Amino acid sequence: MRTIFDCECREGVNGLFPDPHEPAKKIGIADDLLRKSAPRIPELAEPVVARHYTALSKMNHGVDDGFYPLGSCTMKYNPKVNEDVARLPGFAGLHPDADVSAIQGALELLSSLAESLCGIAGMADVSLQPVAGAHGELTGLFLFRKYFETRGEPNRRTILLPDSAHGTNPASAAVAGFDVAQIRSNDVGLIDLDSLEAALDETVAGVMLTVPNTLGLFEKEILVVTERVHAAGGLCYFDGANLNSFVGIARPGDMGADVFHFNLHKSLSTPHGGGGPGSGPIAVSERLVDHLPVPRIERSGESYELGWDYPHSIGCVHGHIGNFLVAVRAYAYILQLGDEGLRAVAENAVLNANYLQTRLKSTYDLPYDRLCKHEFVLSGKGLAEGITTLDIAKRLIDYGIHPPTIYFPLIVKEALMIEPTETEGKASLDRFVEAMERIAAEAKDQPELLHDAPHNAPIRRLDQTRAARHPILTYPFDEPVV
Amino acid sequence: MRYIPNTSADRRDMLATVGVGSIEDLFSDIPREILDRFEPLGRRPRSEQEVVAELGRLAKRNRATDAVCLLGGGIYDHYIPSIVGHVLSRSEFYTAYTPYQPEISQGTLTAMFEFQTLVCELTKMQVANSSMYDGATALAEAVLMAKRIRHDGVVAVSRALHSSFRRVLDTYSWAADIETVEIPYDASGRIDREALPQAPAAVVVQSPNAFGVIERLDGLKESLGEGLLIVAVNPLSLGILVPPGEYGADIVVAEGQPFGLPMGMGGPMLGLFATKMEHIRQMPGRISGQTVDAEGKPGYAMAAQTREQHIRRERATSNICTNSALCALAATVYLASVGAEGLRQLAELNAQKAHALSERLAQLDGFRLPFGSDFFNEFTIEVPSDPQMLRTALREQGFLVTDPEELRGLGVENALRLAVTEKRTEEELDRLVDVLRGAQ
Repeated sequence: MRTIFDCECREGVNGLFPDPHEPAKKIGIADDLLRKSAPRIPELAEPVVARHYTALSKMNHGVDDGFYPLGSCTMKYNPKVNEDVARLPGFAGLHPDADVSAIQGALELLSSLAESLCGIAGMADVSLQPVAGAHGELTGLFLFRKYFETRGEPNRRTILLPDSAHGTNPASAAVAGFDVAQIRSNDVGLIDLDSLEAALDETVAGVMLTVPNTLGLFEKEILVVTERVHAAGGLCYFDGANLNSFVGIARPGDMGADVFHFNLHKSLSTPHGGGGPGSGPIAVSERLVDHLPVPRIERSGESYELGWDYPHSIGCVHGHIGNFLVAVRAYAYILQLGDEGLRAVAENAVLNANYLQTRLKSTYDLPYDRLCKHEFVLSGKGLAEGITTLDIAKRLIDYGIHPPTIYFPLIVKEALMIEPTETEGKASLDRFVEAMERIAAEAKDQPELLHDAPHNAPIRRLDQTRAARHPILTYPFDEPVV
Repeated sequence: MRYIPNTSADRRDMLATVGVGSIEDLFSDIPREILDRFEPLGRRPRSEQEVVAELGRLAKRNRATDAVCLLGGGIYDHYIPSIVGHVLSRSEFYTAYTPYQPEISQGTLTAMFEFQTLVCELTKMQVANSSMYDGATALAEAVLMAKRIRHDGVVAVSRALHSSFRRVLDTYSWAADIETVEIPYDASGRIDREALPQAPAAVVVQSPNAFGVIERLDGLKESLGEGLLIVAVNPLSLGILVPPGEYGADIVVAEGQPFGLPMGMGGPMLGLFATKMEHIRQMPGRISGQTVDAEGKPGYAMAAQTREQHIRRERATSNICTNSALCALAATVYLASVGAEGLRQLAELNAQKAHALSERLAQLDGFRLPFGSDFFNEFTIEVPSDPQMLRTALREQGFLVTDPEELRGLGVENALRLAVTEKRTEEELDRLVDVLRGAQ
């Protein structure tokens, strides 16, 4: 792939900014603090830059390009109007340290968004500071730490996790200073209550749950689970990655959650940006309100303040108040949808997933055959001799479809985790079923089509082992590759 | 609902295929008492036109954008070339996610690779990741990483850290049970090297620092023994300042906002993170690496993933997953458009405007530059009257400056900190000088 370092250079100034009057040496900065050799950044004419990045964009598959059923990531359509309002100069041009009197509109927006998120979660309060789901997890677990520190129970340092948990859960627990212990799933893919009961003791700070779980199954005994954890003195963390399955229908606060994180870039439609930025606000129960990050937005009538005086707060987890411009998009989305729209999101997301599950289970192995929520997990095992899930995934690319999440959750061998979202219609789902059925037939009749896939992508199958073993992580200026 | 393509006929057909009678039946696995407790928000759906009007009202309520911005502390009011926004608006970039499938993510992966290269060129470090949330969280992650490499010893942190960086570092250090000590500053506003602890695990310095002062860091690394040197920089300043790799920094972090990102009330931002190759196994964050496809054609894929949470779970180097990829793309397009020479000129223009203003102010009675002139585009100036009242007076005249409480918290009384970028005009600065002259 051509990089900017391979492009032809222009001559002369870039013409973007006024020229300085005099060179740096005369400015007053001591000479020995000044840089002696320039960084190798090419000087490119604007049309060259425009064509380079347009060419790169065409080698990407986004939600606007086609179906993107990446399980657990909720790759729904990102409404265009949200992009426009987030670019309003009155939002984009705000410095976070401006006097609060000059940012009242922003604080009003954040306060209203927080109120809506509280309502969606059915919980006591919200912090908008975390900027990603994993950052919300970390912040929530910091709250756990502070809670037990304040109560004089600092030895509660174990977090229990189901074996189907997202990788961020154990990683967040470790960064927050907790040990991790696993609880088993039972034969229908739900938490094994005996395994939970056996693990609950006075060293347990709490449990991290994903509801519905990463198999797309609702924990039917959720009230029993949270009640037992609370009875044992622990707290309940709810990973909100799967909110799309119950938004507008049920609330984690009514299920016993102490912390629930939102991924605004999943259920609330803000774009994923090729990996970020996202936003991971947390909603908390009464128990944890005193420990929320500062500053907190305080409202009195129509005026808003940033409050810092919360002695039991964990402090700050982000340089400022979080990903404000992502919050603007999510707020616009909530305003448009209202209660009716939010409910329609969950209804259609769950209907679409069940429709796909039903139609695909005759062709592919479905290890947990139950009503699912917004996603479900197939296995590529046993489709045909020598065919792996990776082969199926790569072949889907040839049909113009982004592959599902693969090899996760870990409790299903050769997993294909499929999440259609509500922004696909039946016609789109039918095309996916047709592609999956054709791939299943190809797996038997023309397995090389799968082994060698993709055939129509901008590039053939990449050697990821080589990327790991012989890392080339910056442009090799001395040995250019074209 | 216009984001949902299914018609009621579709829904009927699909329910029949699934074999349930109604949508409600699909939720029968949620316990009845949970469903019964549900309460709606009480919000009716609104049209796109109404939403635009409401958001427009809120945006207008932010009077900050009518004022002249002299705020800094890591986030600055820079000009953003038009092309940056146009590239970012391509939905192939912004509606994609993490490049788990490299064959249809070469756009994102190539840009990540370019970004990593640009960060290494600017900092003169050997390896960089493809972004962290912001400068402050990047610094906190750098300290966690340093403690994984050097278990023994305290982490010594410059007192002259921007407060936004310091606060996040304090939270992460508390949770990780990391002991930190503060390094005081000397009369020049720089870290007092005499006051460094013995055998620290790491030393954390910011340059330019919270006073705007450029630290002198040559020889510091050599005096630390096994200890790691972590430096937080303003990346634009590296257009003219010695890159940290040249004085031996082990980890360099930065707030990348100056490279083509709107101030956006502080988010989304862009954390830059670079280190030496010997530390790559401990580095957090996603990395793009060059490889080849089945036909031997070069391409890019995620590299060194065994450090990451989706593989390593509780033994990962970080919990980070979603990062600031699109902001990194903005910075990449920005730097590709500005170029090395353009970056030098822009950095000079910033420094020049800030220095010219500082010289004019220092000539007024009672105004003084307590830490001299080794600063980039942001400086601290002592003022002859109550700085809080001065800040109010400035606001009334349409200028925004950092709350002087911030400097007072660092032990500098009666002073203001001003940031001057290429966007500040002669006319604005003339007016500013006039307002401050009135304070004499």
